[in-house]
Amino acid sequence: MAKLWNNYRYLILRRFTQISILVLYFGANAWGWTMLMGNLSSSKIFNVIPMSDPYAALQMLFAGAAMATDLLIGVAVATVFYLLIGGRAFCSWVCPINMVTDLANFTRRKIGMDKIKGVKQPASRNIRYWVLALSLILSYLLGVAAFEFVSPISMVHRGIVFGLGFGWSVMVIIFLFDLFVLKNGWCGHICPLGGFYSLLGKFSLIRVQHNEENCTLCMKCKNVCPENQVLHMIGKESLPVLSGECTNCARCIEVCDDDALEFSIRNMAKKKKTGE
Amino acid sequence: MSENRPKKMKNKQPLSDRRKFILNMARGVGLATISGFIWSAYIDEATASQLLLRPPGAIKEDDFLKTCIKCGLCVEACPYDTLLLAKPGDHKPLGTPYFVPREVPCYMCPDIPCVPVCPTGALDESSVTTDDKLDINIADMGLAIIDKESCIAFWGIQCDACYRACPILGSAITVEYIKNERTGKHAFLRPVIHADACTGCGLCEHACVTEKPAIFVLPRETATGKAGDYYIKGWDKNDEKRLENAKEIKTTTELSKESAIDSLNNNLEDLY
Repeated sequence: MAKLWNNYRYLILRRFTQISILVLYFGANAWGWTMLMGNLSSSKIFNVIPMSDPYAALQMLFAGAAMATDLLIGVAVATVFYLLIGGRAFCSWVCPINMVTDLANFTRRKIGMDKIKGVKQPASRNIRYWVLALSLILSYLLGVAAFEFVSPISMVHRGIVFGLGFGWSVMVIIFLFDLFVLKNGWCGHICPLGGFYSLLGKFSLIRVQHNEENCTLCMKCKNVCPENQVLHMIGKESLPVLSGECTNCARCIEVCDDDALEFSIRNMAKKKKTGE
Repeated sequence: MSENRPKKMKNKQPLSDRRKFILNMARGVGLATISGFIWSAYIDEATASQLLLRPPGAIKEDDFLKTCIKCGLCVEACPYDTLLLAKPGDHKPLGTPYFVPREVPCYMCPDIPCVPVCPTGALDESSVTTDDKLDINIADMGLAIIDKESCIAFWGIQCDACYRACPILGSAITVEYIKNERTGKHAFLRPVIHADACTGCGLCEHACVTEKPAIFVLPRETATGKAGDYYIKGWDKNDEKRLENAKEIKTTTELSKESAIDSLNNNLEDLY
């Protein structure tokens, strides 16, 4: 039991936060709870603290919308929050699509999709930055927040809170895409929101730290990591994971049997290094 | 032959880094262009005018589409579950709030809870405020229209359901008495909508007794015409003010220098 907890503690915590956030939003609409109102695009916590999606606001800025004070405060709150805890912590701790793509990735590993010979990953992980740039250009040209009208994240999340409609088909599309077309396809290659938080997360404080001395090169971490290019230092150097593309999902920490990976604060990690 | 050889070898050499970079960028730009066209075509269709009724205080539809962040706070604030967020399959601009008065109309709460919660100003508080107080009676969600063919009051059957349902009855809807010439001894009690007072709340549409409502709300832009600058109410001092900024447009038609009678002498060629 202790081992089970040790191997899945962050996964359990992540599912707990993801689901509780959904439940709180749902309760706000269905039963008038005030803890977390609105949805991931813009919300109010306890009817006081605003929080708004900075990427949605950026698109609105490009679309030429007048920016209201409430919105700007909400954007500031969210930006500071994710600057501190790691931009893509949103992706693995909040975003509901993460549960869909994690399931696809899990299935992939279980049925051995990755082992088919000749199937190469045909796409670059930089697509998301292209989509990000494109969404801003289109927002400017069309005068509406371009990604917000196609975003499966908003569609599914809004759907769960306010009524799904055909939103479930979006989940199926992403699941099948990640399972059969491209490993980590949506979250790891295409999603511009993930790209946006990758850029924001470059500066965040909470980092996964690698301790090379303990590493036995089993590569379980690289196997389970949804963005395994960020783990380039495994077995080579004791470094923190500094890429903004790391989602701080902590799966690598859990699967490591040798205590070679742990969470740390960025500056403390640096100091440790210079101290040695 | 010996000269050709090194050339062939050269072709087989891997691409230079610069060339690879340029090709990769070209590929990226190409793919971005394709997806950009598809993406914008979809959005253009998805945001096309949809005859939607927006919550009170909503700014102009074009601006509304770029300003609304689709958070649903207005929907949650509405105590009557009037407001809905467009979901996939509704064929409406995704995630934006709207209401269908025949299902649930806007009950025109005096404290307008849906408007102040809007974080982006897509619902503009100042547009529903008079003298620093929220005033739902000046909201403009749409305009009610009567189909005289299916309204039974126009047939001569007594019905004032819409008039009774109107929250500002007497100013937005009045009833006009007209002699029923068919019977000679009865009166028509016809509802008349006054566009300047109607808020488009849709309570009339909700109350209408006919199978499909004979009175219904449309976005004001759709429900109204426009006389334009050529016609002025000369008896209306306010309307006459429009003339102050009017510019004179001179059109000149060049007169033919030929004599009219010459047309008889040119063998009727001009006629064919």
